[in-house]
Amino acid sequence: MALSGLQIFKLLAKTNCKECGFPTCMAFAMQLAAGKAELDKCPYVSDEAKAALGEASAPPVRKVTVGAGDLAVTVGEETVMYRHEKRFEHMPGLGVMITDAMDDAQVDTLMRQLKEQQFNYVGRTLRPRVAAIKAADGAALAALAAKVDAGCGAALVLVSDDAAALKAAAEPLKDKKPLLYAASESNFDAVAAVARELDVPFAIKAGTLDKLAELGQKALDGDFKDVVLDPSSSSLGDVLMDQTLIRRSAVKKTFRALGFPTIGFPCNMTDDRMLEAVYASVFIAKYAGFVILSDLDPARTLPLLYLSQNIYTDPQKPMQMDQGIYPVNDPGPEAPIIVTTNFSLTYFTVSSEVEASKMPAWLAIMDVEGQSVLTAWAAGKFVADAIAPFLKKSGIEEKAPHKNVIIPGYVAQISGELEEELGDGWQVQVGVREAADIPKFLRQWSAA
Amino acid sequence: MSFEPPIDQIKGKIREVAIGQNAKIGGETTFPFHLWEGDMPNPPMIAMEVYDEPQPGWPEAVRKVYEDVMGDPVAWAKKCQDEFGADAIVLQLRSVDPNGTDASAEAAAATVKQVNDAISVPLIVLGTGSPEKDTEVLKKVAETMPDDLIPIGPVDDSNHRQIGAAAMGYKKPVIAFTSMDVNLAKQLNVLLTQLGVPEDKIIIDPTTGALGYGLDYCYSIMERDRLAALAQNDSKMQMPIFNNLAPETWKAKEAKVSEEEEPTFGDVETRGVLWEAITATSLLLCGSDVLVMRHPQAVKLVRTAIDGLQAQAKEKVAS
Repeated sequence: MALSGLQIFKLLAKTNCKECGFPTCMAFAMQLAAGKAELDKCPYVSDEAKAALGEASAPPVRKVTVGAGDLAVTVGEETVMYRHEKRFEHMPGLGVMITDAMDDAQVDTLMRQLKEQQFNYVGRTLRPRVAAIKAADGAALAALAAKVDAGCGAALVLVSDDAAALKAAAEPLKDKKPLLYAASESNFDAVAAVARELDVPFAIKAGTLDKLAELGQKALDGDFKDVVLDPSSSSLGDVLMDQTLIRRSAVKKTFRALGFPTIGFPCNMTDDRMLEAVYASVFIAKYAGFVILSDLDPARTLPLLYLSQNIYTDPQKPMQMDQGIYPVNDPGPEAPIIVTTNFSLTYFTVSSEVEASKMPAWLAIMDVEGQSVLTAWAAGKFVADAIAPFLKKSGIEEKAPHKNVIIPGYVAQISGELEEELGDGWQVQVGVREAADIPKFLRQWSAA
Repeated sequence: MSFEPPIDQIKGKIREVAIGQNAKIGGETTFPFHLWEGDMPNPPMIAMEVYDEPQPGWPEAVRKVYEDVMGDPVAWAKKCQDEFGADAIVLQLRSVDPNGTDASAEAAAATVKQVNDAISVPLIVLGTGSPEKDTEVLKKVAETMPDDLIPIGPVDDSNHRQIGAAAMGYKKPVIAFTSMDVNLAKQLNVLLTQLGVPEDKIIIDPTTGALGYGLDYCYSIMERDRLAALAQNDSKMQMPIFNNLAPETWKAKEAKVSEEEEPTFGDVETRGVLWEAITATSLLLCGSDVLVMRHPQAVKLVRTAIDGLQAQAKEKVAS
């Protein structure tokens, strides 16, 4: 049962040493109670306090790791219903169902995709990481799991109702922490015993949240921590309802029996692959920890991975582009140079308008910690004596030696000062205020 | 400890805005598709786009669908209504752009009237985003069809007085546009109501970001809009939300770059359709009431998602 901030405070050292990052032990205790800090941040916590607080200070959604190495997936540790309240912590593991009914070529394709498919988006590498393995019997499951592990190292979900089959497949791979899927009402004890013996995570599934919570409680009673939930939602509406109620029980009620990450199988919900991707997007937006698809066609995984990033990016840290020179529409040495800030939305808007204009240009994107033009200007970051050294060190003069630079219309007032700072014959031109006017501006542009 | 479904008690209600001959948007007494704890009397509407002049720069996936009707907005609107089952038509008046064709307000209003006469589903009219020109055009549109419930927009803080006055005079709902900010959205609603625009004639356009291009901002702004409206019962935020997503989606590089140019991205048409469908589905989950869409296959997928999201075994939580 959750402890109040005051109850937690009584168990702390009460020295206000600040080493946890909070100004007082009381402040730390309040954060612990809210599930927003971790007990191990306190170097002086006693063993008794640890035991008493362990349960209370655990995040409302347990952290679970499946897999090992590059493709391991950690999910859970979530503390909020809405991303703006803090942030969502761990992007769901996106994966694919691989079965022994597939021919070798299909399996090889999926393994190659798990090994190689990755997309770079605002400085992050996004990729599918999970292979769910399903086969007719234990021997086939073990063989296919071993093959996929050797072939691509994906985080594995072993799918069977038969505890013996799960054991046969998981035992040789137990260090890779495969997820056993799944324990239900009828086989709970047997599957849980395999999970305990091999020290691997397991999933529990049930048709209603009542029954799922009963199994969750059994797992808690058995002192299992690495558990994943499948509410077996049968419609898209049930996906939304089940995922929402599970998350809400966990974070609003600290209901530990449902305080675990979830897994969803859009691959089992429809035969239409396009619709499957749309269903998967609901799982991703609404709290799922693992999302299993029928294939890894990049035309479908790309939008889903972008969506994971959009939902899980920290809303308190603006998305940023790396500082540098970005060519648009294959610019040559005569093409205009446009300088702006590295706030991702600024960059996206400007670059897409330049792209649409079909006019070649160089975008000089300056690091101002992800602020927009006016904010960065007001904060003294996007000003003449910062922009000038950035441009000079950016290497733009080698690419386009014409010494003309276009600044955003909103900072027209710095043009004179920037010209002075740049010196050396540089000309500063004032551009437009709204990105939508860029195409027209560029069509009329000429060097001064 | 046994499981008790944690049910949210909602205080607020989104206003119903009447549009067209007998359609309504809004009316929710709960968060998007939380039908186990409230109602959504008017499921979100899919409004398909029509342009009043040809759109030469469109990606192939959408160009080929509409090439036979580009330049003929009436035929275009009928195609969306009759072939693709659009719930509503959004006429995007690009011809009036002062930096483009710069067509007159009279000409634009005449086109609007032709389209309005040709369809039976509700019509929504959007200007080009130039506040001065839109004022002139939207006033003329309101005047020309004085009795029709045609939402007009975008209305922003610079032209809300003029367009608001015309809207009041001719019963038009207004689409109040602000750029990704809950407080600005509320402020514009306050300005419009102070002017005398009835609260059930205001629709919020919070600015729509496409997947990968600001969706994260838009998603959280809309969640916060709905929290203000429903959890905090803020009457100035209890308006339906309108998402003009198609132009944003189809501008995204990932929705249109060819497989030859980006060999790891997969089939361009599949990608484009899903870029739009997944953007739309995400917007459904954070509170959209009207989705402006373009590709008929994406429309079909999102319609299936809207139906699917309403299929809930509510007895599972009824107690």
